[in-house]
Amino acid sequence: MELWQSIPFACILLPLGSAAVTSVMNKRWSRYWTMFVLSCLVILCAIFVFKMQAFSGSYTYMMGHYSAPWGNEIRAGMLEAVTALFFSLIMLLSLMGGMKKIEEHLLSDKQSLYYVMLLLLSAALMAQVYTNDLFTAYVFLEIMTLAAGALISARNRGRTLVASTRYMVMNLLGSGMFLLGITLLYDLSGHLLMSNIKEAVAILAADGKYQMPLTVVIALMSIGLGIKSALFPFHTWVPDAYGYSTPTSAAVLSSLVSKGYIFMLVKIYWRVLGVDVIRSTGILDVLFVFAMVGMIMGSLSAIRQNDVRRMIAFSSVAQIGYIFMGLGMGTEAGAAAAMFHVFAHAISKAALFLAAGGLADASGNNKQFRHLRGSGFRSPIAGIAFTIGALSMVGFPFLCGFTSKLNFATAAMELDDIRMLLVLAVLTVSTFLNTVYFLKTVITLYRKPLAGVQYSREKGQRGFCFHTSLVLFSVVNIALGLFSQTVMDFITRGLSYFG
Amino acid sequence: MNFHNYEEMAAMILFGIGFTTLLLQKNLIKKIIGFSMMDAAIYLFLAAKGYIEGRKAPIVADGVTQMEAYINPIPAGLVLTGIVVSVSVTAVMLALTVRLYRRYHTLDFDRICALVRKEEP
Repeated sequence: MELWQSIPFACILLPLGSAAVTSVMNKRWSRYWTMFVLSCLVILCAIFVFKMQAFSGSYTYMMGHYSAPWGNEIRAGMLEAVTALFFSLIMLLSLMGGMKKIEEHLLSDKQSLYYVMLLLLSAALMAQVYTNDLFTAYVFLEIMTLAAGALISARNRGRTLVASTRYMVMNLLGSGMFLLGITLLYDLSGHLLMSNIKEAVAILAADGKYQMPLTVVIALMSIGLGIKSALFPFHTWVPDAYGYSTPTSAAVLSSLVSKGYIFMLVKIYWRVLGVDVIRSTGILDVLFVFAMVGMIMGSLSAIRQNDVRRMIAFSSVAQIGYIFMGLGMGTEAGAAAAMFHVFAHAISKAALFLAAGGLADASGNNKQFRHLRGSGFRSPIAGIAFTIGALSMVGFPFLCGFTSKLNFATAAMELDDIRMLLVLAVLTVSTFLNTVYFLKTVITLYRKPLAGVQYSREKGQRGFCFHTSLVLFSVVNIALGLFSQTVMDFITRGLSYFG
Repeated sequence: MNFHNYEEMAAMILFGIGFTTLLLQKNLIKKIIGFSMMDAAIYLFLAAKGYIEGRKAPIVADGVTQMEAYINPIPAGLVLTGIVVSVSVTAVMLALTVRLYRRYHTLDFDRICALVRKEEP
C-alpha cells in the first residue's frame, strides 16, 4: 500500500473534519477556509486521477484493519477517480460563482453554517463515490439529504421553507425505500460489502432461488434513488427547490446532489447486483419508460415557464430522463453514455444556474423573461456563459452536450429491438424541444430591452470570483466537448473494472 | 396456514402505514409521525430478521464461546445506526415545521403552500 492510495480516504476525511472546524469560525474565515479546503480536494482528486491512470485497475482500501467480510472498505477505480474530480471541481466553481449571492441572501450570522453544510455535502458525495459498503452508503445518503435540505432553506423566505419541506418529504420517502431495499438484500445475501453481495447474488441467481424478493429489492432501490434524483413522475419538489434557493444551492443541488444518487444507482447495478440479474427482472424497462416520458414532459413544462430559474429546473427533469434512459438500456455503452451525460449535465447546469443569477441581477433582480431582455449586454460574461451552457444542453458541436447526445444515439444502435427506434425518436423530439426553450432564452438575452425601464449598471458587476467561475465553467465545458474521447475511455475502462 | 414471521408481516404493514402517512397527510406533525413509523418498521424488520430462536445476545457470558450460542450482532448495530440517522432527520423536520408555523400559524401544508403563493407570487 503506497501513500497515494490513501487519497480517497483523505478526500472523505478532509471535508468532514473541516466541516466541524468551520462551525466555530466567523463568516469571513469560514468562506476562505471552505474555498481552501475545496481547492485542496480538487488538487487531491486530480493527483489521484493521474496516479490511477498509471495504475490501471482498482483496489480496495481496508478501514480499521478488519478484513473483508467484517470490516468497512473503500474501493477506488478509474470511474470513481474521474467522478470525484468532476464533483469536487463543480463544487468549488459553484461556490466561487455564488459567493456574492450567499452574502446577499443569507443572514450574516448564519453564513458560516452554510459553509458547514457545503463541506458536509462534499464529504457525503466523496463517501458515496468511494464506499464499498452499502450501509455506509445509506448513512452518507442521509447526510447528503439533510445537508441539501439545509442548503435550500438557508435563504430565509417562505418559498424556500416550503421547497425544503417538500424536498425533505420526497427524499425521506426515497431513502425509506432504499433502506428497506438494503435490509432485504442483507437478509438475502448476508453481507453488506458490495463485492461479497455480488457473489452471493450470483449464487442465488444461478440456483433460481429467491427471485421474487430480489426483484422487490431492485425495484425498491431503483425507485427510491429515482425519487431522490428527480426522475420524472417524482419530480414535484424540483421547480421550487431549484427555482428559489440561492444560486450556489441550486447549482449544487441540480448538478451534484442528484448526480450523487445516480452514481450510487450505477454502482448498485454494476457492482452490487450485477447487470445480468437486473436485466432479467424487467425493472430497467420501467425506468426506461419513465425516462422517455420525462424527457418529453420535462421539456414541455420548461417551455411553459416564464421564469428563467424555473425553466432551467424543469430542463433538469428532462436531462435526468436522458441519464435514466442510458441506464435503462442495460448495456455497457448505455451506462457509459449515462455517466458521460452526468458530467456534461453537471457542468452545463451549474453554469446555467449561476449565469441566470447574474443575469437576473443585471435586470433589477427580476427573473421573468420580459425583464431579461437585453441583459446579455448588461452582464456580458454571464450572457456568454449562459449561451455556452444553453448551446451545450441543446447539443451544439464542440460542446459536451453534443458528445453525450451522440453517445446515446450510438448506444441505442446496439439495441436490436423496438427500443432503438424509441430512443432515436424521443432523442429527436426532446432535442427539438430543448432548442425551442433554450434558444428562445438566448435570443431574449440579446434583444432590445423593455422600453422605459432603466436597470442600474453596477448590479450586473458581480466581481472577480463570479466571472472567473463562469469562464472556468465554459472552458471546462468546451474541453470536455473537445476531449470527450479521453473521458469516454476513462469511463468505459472504469466500468469494466466495476465487475 | 402456518406462519412464523409475524414480526416481518407487522413490519411491512407498519411500513405501508408510515409511508402513506408521510406521503398523503396534510398535517406536518402527522407527516413526521408517519416518517418515524416508517423507519421504526424497518428497524423492527431488521431486528426480527437478526434474531434466531433460542440464542443469546452476543455478549460472552459463563465462558461459552461457541458461535452457535449467540446471534449476529451486526443487525443490532445497523438498527442503532439507523436510529441515529432517523433521530437527526426528525429533528431537522421538526425545526422546519417550527419555522413554517411561526411564519404562517398553521400546520396544514396545503394551506401553507397557498399562503406562500399569495405572499410571494
